[in-house]
Amino acid sequence: MKTKTSKTREKVMQGVFTACACISILAVALICIFLFANGVPTIFEIGPLNFLLGTTWKPGNDIYGILPMILGSLYVTAGAIIVGVPVGLLTAVYMSKFASPRVNRVLLPAVQLLAGIPSVVYGFFGMVVLVPAVQAMVKSDFFKDVLGVKGGKGMSLFTAAVLLGIMILPTIITVSKASLDAVPASYYEGSLALGATHERSVFFAVLPAAKSGVMSAVILGIGRAIGETMAVVMVAGNQTWMPQGLFKGLRTMTSNIVIEMGYAAGLHREALIATGVVLFVFILLINLCFSIVKGGSKNA
Amino acid sequence: MNKFEVKNMDLYYGSFHALKNVNISIPEKEITAFIGPSGCGKSTFLKSLNRMNDLVEGCRISGDILLDGVDIYKDKMDVNVLRKRVGMVFQKPNPFPMSIYDNIAYGPRTHGVHNKAQLDEIVEKSLRGAAIWDEVKDRLNKSALGMSGGQQQRLCIARALAVEPEVLLMDEPTSALDPISTSKVEELAMELKENYTIIMVTHNMQQAARISDKTAFFLLGELVEMGPTEQVFATPVDKRTEDYISGRFG
Amino acid sequence: MPEITAAKGEGSSMSKANAHMVFPSGNQNRKAARIQAAALRWLVRIAALLTAAVLLFLIGYILVMGIPNLKPSLFEWEYNSENVSLVPSLINTVLMTAFSLLIATPLGIFAAIWLVEYARRGNRLVRVVRITTETLQGIPSIVYGLFGMLFFVTQLHWGYSLIAGAFTLSIMVLPVIMRTTEEALMAVPDSYREGSFGLGAGKLRTVFTIVLPSAMPGILSGVILAIGRIVGETAALIYTASSVAKIPESVFSSTRTLAVHMYLLSNEGLHVDATYGTAVVLLVLVLGINCLSSFIAGRLAKK
Repeated sequence: MKTKTSKTREKVMQGVFTACACISILAVALICIFLFANGVPTIFEIGPLNFLLGTTWKPGNDIYGILPMILGSLYVTAGAIIVGVPVGLLTAVYMSKFASPRVNRVLLPAVQLLAGIPSVVYGFFGMVVLVPAVQAMVKSDFFKDVLGVKGGKGMSLFTAAVLLGIMILPTIITVSKASLDAVPASYYEGSLALGATHERSVFFAVLPAAKSGVMSAVILGIGRAIGETMAVVMVAGNQTWMPQGLFKGLRTMTSNIVIEMGYAAGLHREALIATGVVLFVFILLINLCFSIVKGGSKNA
Repeated sequence: MNKFEVKNMDLYYGSFHALKNVNISIPEKEITAFIGPSGCGKSTFLKSLNRMNDLVEGCRISGDILLDGVDIYKDKMDVNVLRKRVGMVFQKPNPFPMSIYDNIAYGPRTHGVHNKAQLDEIVEKSLRGAAIWDEVKDRLNKSALGMSGGQQQRLCIARALAVEPEVLLMDEPTSALDPISTSKVEELAMELKENYTIIMVTHNMQQAARISDKTAFFLLGELVEMGPTEQVFATPVDKRTEDYISGRFG
Repeated sequence: MPEITAAKGEGSSMSKANAHMVFPSGNQNRKAARIQAAALRWLVRIAALLTAAVLLFLIGYILVMGIPNLKPSLFEWEYNSENVSLVPSLINTVLMTAFSLLIATPLGIFAAIWLVEYARRGNRLVRVVRITTETLQGIPSIVYGLFGMLFFVTQLHWGYSLIAGAFTLSIMVLPVIMRTTEEALMAVPDSYREGSFGLGAGKLRTVFTIVLPSAMPGILSGVILAIGRIVGETAALIYTASSVAKIPESVFSSTRTLAVHMYLLSNEGLHVDATYGTAVVLLVLVLGINCLSSFIAGRLAKK
């Protein structure tokens, strides 16, 4: 009798465990369904071309073109990658191949701290430190006379890119460092044995071997940057015009949603949800790239 | 003429006395084989000849190791120049994850050759030197990781040749290879000794007997005996050498 | 190239001559190599220094500007536009965290148990679960917020509420808990399981009495990591839990967590001093939680 009840219990619990594992499938399915079901019809109502390639966003006049925001997201993300990847990658190289264990005992937790800081705090920091700094910079004589930057603002593409570049540092550093650490010592030794210096061996033999890991790091960084919301809202200026320059404000897809959802209704609200759908598609594509790169490195 | 002169050399890993009072002369343009059971210090000794032991934490060396009469552990010796002159081929083939061409060009580029025509020339010469040119000449831009193990090892030899070394250290270069690849590498070694001094660690006594001119027998961190290969194998002076060669231990 | 092949046959004199022609002279090249090495060395050092400096400056700036602004009025029991007290938001944050974990922790742990202890290798369902978990991990919080608004707030008619926020966040942190639990379970040596099976214990008993307890520190560090994310989250909450700065009367009341409070304050720009103070509290809270998590994970690694 006892064995029978315990057998049923085993069976039931196994079912429970399996069901819990399927929650993530259910969650992804629900997210897809609800976003697409709400967003896609809107896109067709507005007209896919008008929506995706329209250069004007004027909810008051029922004009919903999100090209400025798509470009805004892309520019800000590209900027973040330009700022964050070199610094992050070189920091990872330093931590993996140059730093003493004692230095790493300080640096590793520091990178984790950087990852733990909430976006609002980053955003606030950007607002009170970076924005005034950039403002002073673009108003300087050097920028006006030598570089010919006219009418630049503190809240700008540049500011957002720098802030996001800082925010993706931990992602870039951790993932690149892990892949550098995983490179077999034989590459390094082979290079040394040819008379190369430590530095040359690290940069020209070890780093190329970690290429796919670094690619994953960059893709993850892109994902973080394009999806970041609060920090960007607080420093990017959020104008709905087409991006006008490095030191001009712009609006990303994420900011668009956060800023207007509070008071939007009707088609306006639906257009915002559709903006979310476009963002979501971008994220899915990035995820796809990530698994391709990761799968490729496993086969090699 | 002797390429390497080693006098009263001791090596410690931390408190472990890995090599004890080694005295040895290695002749130029011959193949010298190091034999002995695992852990006898022969690989350790080989690695101290191009200072790859510098990478091992807690490794200390005393005594003199002279290359053409110059102590390689003295401050004046630039370790990178030393490793250019004393190349190394590892136990497991370790081509870099890049194209065959870039693998060979890596060393010359490291040492300041950037001219495309010169690099092309060096690549071809080195690959020919390692007897692998005909097999790879049509796929120089393909990844080196797609080659067979034997090809990879000969590529690594070509890579070492590309920096024009004087000495080639080979650390059990055939232990990861099949018999056919092994005989190719052995043939190659015998050809190369015309131009290079070759020092080879091997587990395989037949291999030492087949290809080497001099053989040195290591046991428990000591150099027991060194002499012309035929003599060491036919009439060893030391009882321990005789025991090892006749298969009485490991 | 006839000379090259000839060189091989004619011994070293020729190849040496070639070498002198091709390779730059020793001194010249040694100098170039040294310069390159020094340049690369300084490059990575500067990058690491920059990373560390950014972190120090950011945290230092917030602390220096914020600590003098930690006035008693910030800690009054009720929020009003005079004192901009953060206490209600802080309490809401605790409630939000508790509710989210109440949902996500069992789900995440059970799912990990299935993945590690029950599922067969190469099972197709395992692959799908892993892919979807990875997908969840890559979804930005604003998309979670949108989904929460569409599903929990609108479809299920929960309105802007504590519970809608908590459900949204629990999906968001589910992959975090799943992954850390999975790693912790996999780190439990098989000999423990075999020992338990050998005594005649069933799978379920083995999992709950042997495997889970040994994996507990790892799981705990994952749960704490999840807490850190919940406390710092803003974008997923603005349109699910919204922003009423009062202690909620029920799970269906709208609530404002500390991070949302922080965002609203800095957006209003009326209470700059109070914003600095709030930033300090939020930063210290989140960093403290993260430190706790890595402290536990670090002690685990030492064992």
